[in-house]
Amino acid sequence: MSKRRPRGRMLHGLHSRIVTARVTLWTLIVPPTVWAVHFLFAYLWAAVSCEKAGRFASFPVLFWAGTALALALIVASALVAMVQKETPGDPPPHDAGTDTDRNRFLATATWLLAGLSFAGVVFTALPVLFLLDCR
Amino acid sequence: MTSPPRQSALAPFGAEAIATFDTTVVLTIGACLIFGIVALLFFVAVRSPGDRLSHTQGMRLVLVAGAALPTLILAALLVYVLPQMRPLPVPPRALGVSAVGEQFWWRTVYRAPGQPVLETANELRLPVGQTVTIELSSPDVIHSFWVPGLAGKMDMIPGRINRLIVRADKPGLYRGQCAEFCGLGHAVMAFDVIAMSPADYDRWLADERRPAVPAADPAGAATFAEYGCGGCHAIRDTQAAGRIGPDLTHLAARRHIAAGMLPMTVDAIARFTRDAPSLKPGVRMPAYPHMPPADAQAIGRYLAALK
Repeated sequence: MSKRRPRGRMLHGLHSRIVTARVTLWTLIVPPTVWAVHFLFAYLWAAVSCEKAGRFASFPVLFWAGTALALALIVASALVAMVQKETPGDPPPHDAGTDTDRNRFLATATWLLAGLSFAGVVFTALPVLFLLDCR
Repeated sequence: MTSPPRQSALAPFGAEAIATFDTTVVLTIGACLIFGIVALLFFVAVRSPGDRLSHTQGMRLVLVAGAALPTLILAALLVYVLPQMRPLPVPPRALGVSAVGEQFWWRTVYRAPGQPVLETANELRLPVGQTVTIELSSPDVIHSFWVPGLAGKMDMIPGRINRLIVRADKPGLYRGQCAEFCGLGHAVMAFDVIAMSPADYDRWLADERRPAVPAADPAGAATFAEYGCGGCHAIRDTQAAGRIGPDLTHLAARRHIAAGMLPMTVDAIARFTRDAPSLKPGVRMPAYPHMPPADAQAIGRYLAALK
């Protein structure tokens, strides 16, 4: 996977910026935070609509736009993490106490969390397709 | 209708319970398959030489078989079961039934469009093939309405009405039960469920709407009145108009007395009349230890004739 080279100057610039950017705990929690915000947004919207309006929330465009935005953020985070976890250098295992290995570890964790968050957002959104009332 | 009533989610007769049963079969088969595959993988892994897979290949196997595949399977299951959670469509002029859970019996009320309201007890009749909304409520404590063969259980909560939408698909005799501890008599709070063809159902509704049959044996009716039974129980078109206990207008048309507890016999009625609390703990009906057994038998004969 590490052999993939982005084409074009702009992409190349982006790629080198990503490689040099530091992975931190803040970037690590981006995917689960997006998932949490989407989850709260979806559930609170449904709950408030059922309680105050007495019927199931019906703003499909806004809901699907929000879901698409959440998924896009998670995918972007995953792409960045994917580039960063493939930092070239020494062979695995990458478990030394160095900055490079720390970056690889955090990036891999971010990448896995992004996968989990993607599934989480999809699983949160799917019921809206099928459930049509407040019961 | 001579076999004992079935109370099992594995003998479904309602649309929702049938869908749940099908899901259970699919899940069980799927779980067995996955268990078999995992066991096989385990066997292969233990028997294989240590260098069969490289580190990268091993990690990839864990990622694909351990994370990606389960996620896809769960997503497929979600798409498969979510449509089952949609409530059945209810036609605008559908039959409405109310079931009220009381300590420790069931008040059932039938509302057909253009007809007077009909109240009975401890029995639920449903027309096969028709969607019915059952409004669940309770005046005292939380009960739970559960007919395993019909649909999932739903709580009956004081101060609110929960709506259970059901459709019986197979005729027959079934049983339901309170599924939320509601007091000392909780374990003996059951009811018969009878799913019948729409024609039979209409006949039954018409029969139930008729006034009670006049007592062939006036002594029994007099004894019933003398002990003040009518203060709590109603027998339509007689002086008995109580609303505290179950309606007894067509008691003998039911299969059981005392909420699915005792058979519909003169002796059982007499026994329950004299000493309800010893048979059903916590029941609100008092014991009548001073009542001569002959009087209890007279009341039993009177009630057992109310077809």
